[in-house]
Amino acid sequence: MSVYDSLDSITEELHKCMKCGNCMAVCPIYKETRQEVGVARGKISLAEYILSGETEMTKGMGDRFSLCTTCMACNTNCPCGVRFDKIILAARAEAVRKKGLQSAKKIAFTALKMQRVFDFGMKAGSIFQGIALKNIPNRHSKLARMRVDVGIGKEKVFPMLSKKTLRSEFPEVIKVKTPKMRVGFFTGCMINYFYTDIGRAVIAVLRENDIEVVIPKSQACCGIPASVNGDVVSARTLAKRNLRAFERMGADALVVACSSGGTAWKHVFGELLENDHELKALADKWAKKSYDISEFLIHQVPFKKEGLGRVARKVTYHEPCHLNRGQGISKEPREILKSIPGVELIEMKEPGRCCGMAGSFSLVHPDLSGQISDRKTADIQTTKTDTVATGCPACRLQLQSGVENAGFDEEVLHTVQILAESYRVGRKN
Amino acid sequence: MLAREVLEELVRVLGRENVLTEQEDLLTYAYDATAAMKHHKPDVVVAPLSTEQVADVVKIALRYHVPIYTRGSGTNLSGGTIPVEGGMVLSMLHLNKILEVDQDNLTATVQPGVIIQALNDEAAKHGLLYPPDPGTVTTATMGGSVSECSGGLRGLKYGVTKHYIMGLQMVLANGEVTRWGGKTVKNVTGYDLVALFTGAEGTLGIITEIIVKLIPAPEARKSMLAVFDDVDKAGRAIAAIIRNKVIPATLEILDNVTIQTVENFVHAGLPMDAEAVLLCEVDGYKEVVQREAVLVERIMKEEGAVQLKIAKDDKERDLLWLARRSALPALAQKRPTTVLEDATVPRSKIPDMLKAIRRIATKYNLQIATFGHAGDGNLHPTIITDERDAEEMKRVHLAVDEIFETALALGGTLSGEHGIGIAKMKYLNREFGEAGVAALKRIKEALDPNYLLNPGKIVRRD
Repeated sequence: MSVYDSLDSITEELHKCMKCGNCMAVCPIYKETRQEVGVARGKISLAEYILSGETEMTKGMGDRFSLCTTCMACNTNCPCGVRFDKIILAARAEAVRKKGLQSAKKIAFTALKMQRVFDFGMKAGSIFQGIALKNIPNRHSKLARMRVDVGIGKEKVFPMLSKKTLRSEFPEVIKVKTPKMRVGFFTGCMINYFYTDIGRAVIAVLRENDIEVVIPKSQACCGIPASVNGDVVSARTLAKRNLRAFERMGADALVVACSSGGTAWKHVFGELLENDHELKALADKWAKKSYDISEFLIHQVPFKKEGLGRVARKVTYHEPCHLNRGQGISKEPREILKSIPGVELIEMKEPGRCCGMAGSFSLVHPDLSGQISDRKTADIQTTKTDTVATGCPACRLQLQSGVENAGFDEEVLHTVQILAESYRVGRKN
Repeated sequence: MLAREVLEELVRVLGRENVLTEQEDLLTYAYDATAAMKHHKPDVVVAPLSTEQVADVVKIALRYHVPIYTRGSGTNLSGGTIPVEGGMVLSMLHLNKILEVDQDNLTATVQPGVIIQALNDEAAKHGLLYPPDPGTVTTATMGGSVSECSGGLRGLKYGVTKHYIMGLQMVLANGEVTRWGGKTVKNVTGYDLVALFTGAEGTLGIITEIIVKLIPAPEARKSMLAVFDDVDKAGRAIAAIIRNKVIPATLEILDNVTIQTVENFVHAGLPMDAEAVLLCEVDGYKEVVQREAVLVERIMKEEGAVQLKIAKDDKERDLLWLARRSALPALAQKRPTTVLEDATVPRSKIPDMLKAIRRIATKYNLQIATFGHAGDGNLHPTIITDERDAEEMKRVHLAVDEIFETALALGGTLSGEHGIGIAKMKYLNREFGEAGVAALKRIKEALDPNYLLNPGKIVRRD
């Protein structure tokens, strides 16, 4: 029984918790609120009371279960090995079954499911965004701030929507002369609509390594925003669409440059489709050949070092939670950075600490998300670097927002962009 | 349920955001870290931002007879923060500032919501150390730690929390703010109320500021691990080390059940048939550490250690301590409920206590692993069980009773570092007799005649 189907599925997981409170030492939300309900132990207790029938699922319970960035720091600090990420997913799914989705999320997730409407909305957005968003002069990228507060504050900085989506910019199959592999690229929404620069870097680096890139047009949102908020129905629909899109095109491997996307392909699709033998088998097959781009470049290619040009950057690396704790990928991005001539890697204090973005969490809890971000921004500032590298477009958005609001000069990039830059420089020489 | 005017007055003093009244929040203050304990939901949770607010809250509580349960992080193991009579939980977590580190007087002044590790990090910047180091050092608050007088691994050489508390600001049960002690080493003015409030588990007053003693951080340290095939030999080694005038910073023991569990869990390279493992760390000036390490090594060998490992550097040191650090997690993952006791005996009685615990485990057919601070006689017999199994839990309670009886018979005490709270209240008679318990009660009633502060803990109201 999957965590998405019933709260009973986590009974044993709940019993493992001995209420020691070690999760308090690492929970980014608890550090800000200092309220027991913010930390894993508090929410585990609530889930226990619901399961024992002492209390019932209320709308208020749903609100409390939304207080988690799913950063999984508590998992790693738990002496009893409690998988709190599973508990929170089950609790949120139960909240949706009993109390329904919060209306703002409902609209967003419905849009995500309806790909064409979403595409149109985003494209129309890129034309009309000037009305709602105000450009911010920035040396590195096109950024904007909300002109009016629509409930998420005016602090947050957004990247401007791209004029052309990544997937419309490239053909479905990008050929190379003598391909050593054919790789499917799952772009994810943020890279397709906002950070097309990351997508272009992924494609450039793969081509540089003689890899044919396939970008199925019919791929969809990964569904993680839906599944982590308990909207299991939407998440299942998206999982099926993605599996079919890539199965139709075929590939030796699948790469993602987004930590949510990676988690989706490696773990979540299979869990969501557990009850459907055929689709489960398909999900498992693709899970086995899904890789984060840094993992793929280090272990599968391995990427060529000749032709790397000099890139003079002082770089600090922020670990996306779902890449580091979620997929165990932490050394690989650093290895890539260290192999680039001219790059000096300077570690920040607690690189694995959550940035507070956590997808829709930052929309539902903008103040809390901002407070968590402020700590990260301060840690970045003390490294006295000029670049933050990370492995997730959502983290990139949050870090950019933090850096912009703190007002210091620091470029925020995906690791693969710095590698692409190095190849580019190498070609010129 | 509290009357509406009580809540209104609390909101007036603290502001809406610092008064929690919704069920979903209240339910998360119904428990603490104590295993197999009934939970009780409070009627309100308040989080003051200043001493004045604490005093105002106490006055409101006094006027309306609302019990006050002061709480830090809720990591205690005695049911010390469970609001058994409902009423108000007073969360001290917003009072979390380190007010001063005074390098000339070697003191620090902190608010009660400061996490112990945060104080240590601040002290370390000045080359100083706050020695008490309970297992919850990264989560527990200073206020909670002082109230429970927590111990830790360094007790043998450095003592426990009470040896480091020099001054306290207290809000009394009548809402008056008082100060006791201060930064002076010597102070015999009046009764020693700093000593009384330390370890009083929040039953006599509410701590709002703490002055602690700091010490220079030791320059060097050296760790070693010794394996014994006989508990008595390990016991003799402990005694011999002390007799030779070496006081290690830590001297820990793991029994056979713990060793087997840990070894299956982390593969630290311990022999599965070992009867006891001693872990010892000496610290101080480099020269002293060198001398003492050699001495301890010789003693361990003389007393029959079958295997001896000495850490050459910090990396090796971490490896040696892996076994000890993994003891509780390894045991906790074996079964869902972990009943961790802290009955304490004079250190010379450690082998007797270990053997008695093993006998009790067999008698009640339970899994009991024992590890702990052998150097100061504070053992942690840990019963791994499942609280859903009512029949087994009966045997657990009988075994706990007998562990306490044994500790007292060996000249020890009910609790070395976890406190009485609710968990051990019924055993107090056995250690103090009726006259002793009556004296505790008279102290309670002198300072808190209405049983307003943490009622239902340590002493019972008639």
